[in-house]
Amino acid sequence: MIWNQNIECASREQMREIQSRRLAEMVKRVYETVPFYRSKLKERGIEPGDITSIDQLKHLPFTLKTDLRDNYPFGLFTVPQSEIVRLHASSGTTGKPTVVGYTRNDINMWSEVVARALTMAGITKNDIIQIAYGYGLFTGGLGLHYGAEKVGASVIPISGGNTKKQLQLMADFGSTVIACTPSYAAFLGESIIKEGIDPKKIKLHTGVFGAEPWTEEMRTQVQSILNIKAYDIYGLSEVIGPGVSMECEHQNGSHIFEDHFIPEIIDPVTLDVLPYGELGELVFTPVSKEAMPLLRYRTRDLTRLHAEKCACGRTLIRMEKCLGRSDDMLIIRGVNVFPSQVESVLLEITETSPHYQLIVTRENNLDSLEIKVEIDEQFWSDEVKVLEALKKRINHNISSVLGISATIRLVEPRSIERSEGKAKRVIDNRHI
Amino acid sequence: MIIKQLSIFLEDKSGRLTELTKILAENDINITALSIADAADYGIIRMVVGRPELAMKVLKEKSFSVQLTNVACLIVPNKPGGLYHALRILTDNNINIDYMYAFAINATASVVIRSASITDVIEILQKNKMELLKASQIYQV
Repeated sequence: MIWNQNIECASREQMREIQSRRLAEMVKRVYETVPFYRSKLKERGIEPGDITSIDQLKHLPFTLKTDLRDNYPFGLFTVPQSEIVRLHASSGTTGKPTVVGYTRNDINMWSEVVARALTMAGITKNDIIQIAYGYGLFTGGLGLHYGAEKVGASVIPISGGNTKKQLQLMADFGSTVIACTPSYAAFLGESIIKEGIDPKKIKLHTGVFGAEPWTEEMRTQVQSILNIKAYDIYGLSEVIGPGVSMECEHQNGSHIFEDHFIPEIIDPVTLDVLPYGELGELVFTPVSKEAMPLLRYRTRDLTRLHAEKCACGRTLIRMEKCLGRSDDMLIIRGVNVFPSQVESVLLEITETSPHYQLIVTRENNLDSLEIKVEIDEQFWSDEVKVLEALKKRINHNISSVLGISATIRLVEPRSIERSEGKAKRVIDNRHI
Repeated sequence: MIIKQLSIFLEDKSGRLTELTKILAENDINITALSIADAADYGIIRMVVGRPELAMKVLKEKSFSVQLTNVACLIVPNKPGGLYHALRILTDNNINIDYMYAFAINATASVVIRSASITDVIEILQKNKMELLKASQIYQV
């Protein structure tokens, strides 16, 4: 099923027409109402009215996360406070949080794109959806919530955490869809087994997972442990929240709702726009947002775009699964390391579980990487030589994938802290 | 003749072994033999106890990583050459021992033996008239 056939299957010409019209209008609006953008546009000699087509997008200035912080809290809003009906904020790891605002129309647009996304995963009004993303300042919970209501599904707004209650309601209410982070989904699956809940009581058939990068191996694992089909939903609060793009049943990349969020891929060094199919940094221009439209927001996510029509019939541009946010990327001894690479190595080894933590320290100006790995509850040997061989094998696979070696430390199952939201995969003690 | 040994994976953290023995004490489980194989950052505790199934259950409930491993408990005389005589037999029969630990009281010494071919170990030792502990001599009823 397709929620909005006209848009999701529009021809390239129709889509360009919508995008060009919205872009021209939006550039005018930010020029008139946001001093930050007015000065940036003036610097480049761009006057409102100069921009009439999507082809001119590449001439517009970029927006960085630091620009949002510099204009904290409401400096990038284009409407007066009286028009704002909702505020969300991301927990900044350093300094001030990133604030985003929504008008009533923005909330409606957000509900529309999430409704498209859920429909893409086959979710209908006949489903009971358990939303285990955090509700609150984080966009995950409320973002999914309004879209699910729009589809007409029965929403359980349970929020994150309280695993026992999650499992109880899942069984008693017969939830058919679970929406949460992939690491929490894996944790819920383990807990079903641990609590001895009869799997027949669990009626789940679909998972909508996002808010952190995850690998294909993790998808396979979560699908088998929960007996569901797992879909990737992508989003970031600066652009709207969850619902920027979504996978269809063919899972051949995520369809970007590009009538609202115009995507580009750029070379993060030269800042040049790259053609479809090339790996680079994903950039979005949320062109229809009223409260806080942004010009060419640099997501730091690394991926590729593809424009061919999908087997599902949609013509929307697709993005590949993100290799990782460059925020998550660690540079260790000059080598780029993504936690997701470690995860894919561990998922290929039966004797370990995909629960791990990277600890980076610096001694005498030399970086060292320690990886804590949980042994698998069932498949561990009580012989030291076998465990030492396992450590060696993990280290070998890790160093061939990452290009640097690590100290492997085997730890007990469930000893690495399970976040009920995003997994704490990295501890960087270098303070750089 | 197969004895169920408890194998427990422990991270190198202080108090973990005390916690483990406390749980066994509270559940009235007697420890007959114990050894620790320690690596740099973890250890493996191997124990022969009075109620292995119960021990496994209560330890799992407290989030310990526990396995039951099949071992044999051999009895040899507590005098020079006692152990050699028994091991000679196993070596002559091409048995590879993964690990073992022993303790001696008065006239005899007991040796806990682990091998991948544990049923062969038992068969060979019995054929050679070596004395083995029965599970009923260890397990609490």
